[in-house]
Amino acid sequence: MQTQKTLMEVRNLKVHFNIKSDNAWPWQKGHALKAVDGVDLTLYEGETLGVVGESGCGKSTLARALLRLVPITEGNVVWLGQDLTELDKKQMRDKRQELQMIFQDPLASLDPRMTVGDIIAEPLHTFHPDWSKQTVKEAVRQMMDRVGLLPNVINRYPHEFSGGQCQRIGIARALILKPKLIVCDEPVSALDVSIQAQVVNLLKELQAEMNLSLVFIAHDLSVVKHISDRVLVMYLGNPVELASKHSLYAQPKHPYTKALMSAVPVPDPQIERNKSIQLLTGDLPSPINPPSGCVFRTRCPHATDVCQGQKPRLYPVSDDHQVACSRLEDIPA
Amino acid sequence: MLLDKALNSDTNLLEVDNLQVAFHTPDGTVTAVNNLNFTLGQGETLGIVGESGSGKSQTAFALMGLLAKNGNIQGEARFEGDNILSLSDKAMNRIRSKDIAMIFQDPMTSLNPYMKVGEQLIEVLTLHKGMKKAEAFEASVKMLDAVKMPEARKRMAMYPHEFSGGMRQRVMIAMALLCQPKLLIADEPTTALDVTVQAQILTLLNELKSDFNTSIIMITHDLGVVAGLCDKVLVMYAGQTMEYGTAEDIFYHPTHPYTQGLLKAIPRLDSDSGLLATIPGNPPNLLNLPAGCPFEARCEFARAQCLTQAPRLDTFASGQRAACHKPTEGWAV
Repeated sequence: MQTQKTLMEVRNLKVHFNIKSDNAWPWQKGHALKAVDGVDLTLYEGETLGVVGESGCGKSTLARALLRLVPITEGNVVWLGQDLTELDKKQMRDKRQELQMIFQDPLASLDPRMTVGDIIAEPLHTFHPDWSKQTVKEAVRQMMDRVGLLPNVINRYPHEFSGGQCQRIGIARALILKPKLIVCDEPVSALDVSIQAQVVNLLKELQAEMNLSLVFIAHDLSVVKHISDRVLVMYLGNPVELASKHSLYAQPKHPYTKALMSAVPVPDPQIERNKSIQLLTGDLPSPINPPSGCVFRTRCPHATDVCQGQKPRLYPVSDDHQVACSRLEDIPA
Repeated sequence: MLLDKALNSDTNLLEVDNLQVAFHTPDGTVTAVNNLNFTLGQGETLGIVGESGSGKSQTAFALMGLLAKNGNIQGEARFEGDNILSLSDKAMNRIRSKDIAMIFQDPMTSLNPYMKVGEQLIEVLTLHKGMKKAEAFEASVKMLDAVKMPEARKRMAMYPHEFSGGMRQRVMIAMALLCQPKLLIADEPTTALDVTVQAQILTLLNELKSDFNTSIIMITHDLGVVAGLCDKVLVMYAGQTMEYGTAEDIFYHPTHPYTQGLLKAIPRLDSDSGLLATIPGNPPNLLNLPAGCPFEARCEFARAQCLTQAPRLDTFASGQRAACHKPTEGWAV
């Protein structure tokens, strides 16, 4: 991994939103909602980094922060040696050629009044206004062919397509500028199983062909296992475990990752009926008022007083495995 | 075999014969459910699996008498010998909740936001069981305890918005079980929930099964959920039964190409393959179903016969049923 070229380095990234209640006085200060609270990670060329976690863990906010689509409170996002947080609006806009995004809801992320051809060509009009109509059309046709859309649908509107096909349009739009990184925010969670497999395979093929890096956000651990090289597990805005896929799924270390994995149902009646699930007690704490120290301690079966103190940060336990837990040595494997 | 026993015994709680649900729309008649047959014994759990538009939810709505106004039901559903599809609204109201209860997919929208949770629970008991308020209050608290609601007594005075998604689903389950129904229909009860919460709810349903001997119809798109909970499985596609058998039959010896494809297309946590097997194409339009097998266009084994002739639902020696020309004609799998 270390020999690979580094694309993006994220250092202590924090995204806090200021929340003010409706009946607060104008001079009253709001509360900080800590959506992402200190993420460090490195993204290499051509790899897929999966980000998993449950709702409210900050995975979508992290995705948006990587492209500076939400204001960054603290920390740096360094893209090929350049700090994105220092760029002004115009410079950032130019950078977005290299950084693209695919969204969760395939239909809602397409303009209903534009044809498929126009939707896919729009990034080209923005960044290559000098291209002739013919060149643009040719590029769009090639890209449509590449993502499995028939050329005769070029003049149709998004509502005429199924969810899986809309997601293909979204992928074509993201790829037409030949970006280096695509951030996929739950790209398959709205799709049926049989369609989901088609889209996952398409992303994998395109990645190999175009040497793309992917940040793949999902709540489905099985899908993430399938597509990722490395996986980051998040809980309440904090990273809890970052490891290579094989290491993470074979030997999850953090108590939260263990509980998360045991909760995923496997389509096999015998395994499923006999397995022991590590049930988490209680609910997710509020990100406005997270627990002190380790954010998972209120639900962790191994929590002691130690966990209330310093917030644990990711530290390496082996070459390709980092965990944020203060009591790792005391927890049985 | 479980399925055989259930099919022959007189102790079936529910017998569904040739159920057909059609909707008259301005674009034509949509047959959402076509010729559905199944039986459910006391204490059994049936899983109905299918992708969006396969008719699984409409089956549930038809059984509960909750179809939209333009819906049209044909066939019979005998609950303890009486056809519940022909009952008047008033008679159906007596059966609902008392004998058959339903849990809906979205716990956010199926509770009344203006009523305290306790009032909503008490209402069920005073209406259906004629209980006094104080008595109903105690029974409701007991039921909330049974579904593992922490501080149940305190929660009775709270409004739905004060509960998390998992807790709301527990309220829904408690409400459904208040009158100790013989049959519980659960329509995607965990789809809107996170995996760790889903694991809590599934564990709860499994306990209720053994404690109350409730029969459950579990409607879901997630084969993993079915594996842990269900004795029998019905696989639906485009409103029709593709395969019906015990959980073991369906998961270990699927005979229908659709079931086989579906099982292969799921990324699994316990295995790691390269590309996922896909089912090419998209589900057919229910307004314009093909004359032959609805799966023909996407089936790798399809032959000329499949295009023109709809396959019958054939029963094998084991009691497993599949609607496909392939197994009966002795095609090589």
